[in-house]
Amino acid sequence: MPKVVFIDHEGEERPIEVSDGESIMEAALKNSVPGIDADCGGACACATCHVYVDEAFMDKVGAPEEMEQSMLDFAENVQPNSRLSCQIFASEELDGLKVTTPESQH
Amino acid sequence: MDLSTSENTVIIGGGQAAAQACAALRQFGYEGKITLIGEEAALPYQRPPLSKAYMKGELAEERLYFKPEAWYENNNIDLVLSMRAQKIDRARRVVEIEHGGEIAYDALIMATGSRPRVLPIEGADLDGVFDLRNLADVERIRPRMMGGQRMVIVGAGYIGLEAAAVARQLDLEVTVLEMADRVLARVTSPVMSEFYDREHRAKGVEIRLNSQISTIKGDGKVEAAVLADGTELPADIVLIGIGIVPNDDLAAGAGIACKDGILTDRDARTNDPRVFAAGDCAVRPLVHYGRTGRLESVHNAIEQGKLAAASIMGKPRPNEDCPWFWSDQYDLKLQIAGLSTGHDEIVVRGDPAERKFAAFYLKGGRLIAVDAVNSPPEFLASKRLITAGASLAAETLRDTSKSMKEIAAAAA
Repeated sequence: MPKVVFIDHEGEERPIEVSDGESIMEAALKNSVPGIDADCGGACACATCHVYVDEAFMDKVGAPEEMEQSMLDFAENVQPNSRLSCQIFASEELDGLKVTTPESQH
Repeated sequence: MDLSTSENTVIIGGGQAAAQACAALRQFGYEGKITLIGEEAALPYQRPPLSKAYMKGELAEERLYFKPEAWYENNNIDLVLSMRAQKIDRARRVVEIEHGGEIAYDALIMATGSRPRVLPIEGADLDGVFDLRNLADVERIRPRMMGGQRMVIVGAGYIGLEAAAVARQLDLEVTVLEMADRVLARVTSPVMSEFYDREHRAKGVEIRLNSQISTIKGDGKVEAAVLADGTELPADIVLIGIGIVPNDDLAAGAGIACKDGILTDRDARTNDPRVFAAGDCAVRPLVHYGRTGRLESVHNAIEQGKLAAASIMGKPRPNEDCPWFWSDQYDLKLQIAGLSTGHDEIVVRGDPAERKFAAFYLKGGRLIAVDAVNSPPEFLASKRLITAGASLAAETLRDTSKSMKEIAAAAA
């Protein structure tokens, strides 16, 4: 099972296992990772599961689709490596992925 | 009343508000025992996918759960499932459950949700007639949703139309009956109704407006829906989606103030300082609108779950966002912010023909709501503007040469 490391805004690391095909947002919620609200449960409707993707994984994670990008435009403190974690789905290729959560999702 | 060091918090209900209250209580540092009493057998789960991806068969049941079972164990949360709370004895501070059991509380959160409005007609108890509210409802209906089956949906609200979209995608023959003269009449404006009416018809849904079902015919099993004008529509499945009613009987029976729902203050507290209410069952102050109301939404369940937990823990009141909702039908993502009731002006931005547009609702120049189709920027910008009470000119909102980001920045 791919492992993903969530790093909170204070730098604390939480490695969690994500099932293949599951979004890293879902895995974060199940493991009570702080900093991921995901109010809509993964419907790409609320922009409260914003994360920053580690530069080393930017290519593998890929770019957001149009709908996600337009939501990200309204997230707080958005950066070029911002993604919505409900739209990143785990695969062996992403094993070891590191993402950082922002201080607040609202 | 300081309940932060109390020993027992009981939550009645097992939906979104209940799950949120559990998580928020622990997050705020509550150390007492939490007991969740739920009528359903499943772990607390998300309802929105029931009329969308889950109904279509694209999601496993486990993926609906908010938390795995171990989380409740690790957080000292006792799940009492498949169990009905029967009475609240406020003098003794106990919840009476089935089979004579009692569960004591210091703080009590009513997250009892709502139930589908019953259609009081002959034949509503026939095999093949369904509501859509619970996992169990979907388990019953889904095996019958095979291509070619004829499905009659009563009610063109969000549930009815979402189910219609799923059924068409599964290749059923679908007819939607609506008493009003347009779809989504109770929840949105004519411009949105026209758009969704057209989309569904283009996908092959037959929509009958101004039409009322009078009986459901069949011998043990559904054979036809009969309309008030005598028309018979042959049917294998009849799905009733005519709204929900709040589950406030338990609270009302215990003398807690109710009026079409359990009455709460801004902190989700009822007229009993030890009792709180959250989610579909609660009537709350709508602070952005200067009135009270009941909201049927995920946002509301989450927010009130947090508000109740914060009240119990004596924490500062969490943010009160403007209400928001969403609906997925086919490839259309509808995102709604605010409540449009009482608007005096509608401004359309973008072109419905392009299946990407938004309808803004203004009242006295102030933005009070938006319906945004495949338009997240319009939704997200409006959510902030409504929460801030911003005023905007119609021509500004209509001007697509400016992005919503620019418009929002100028209005702030």
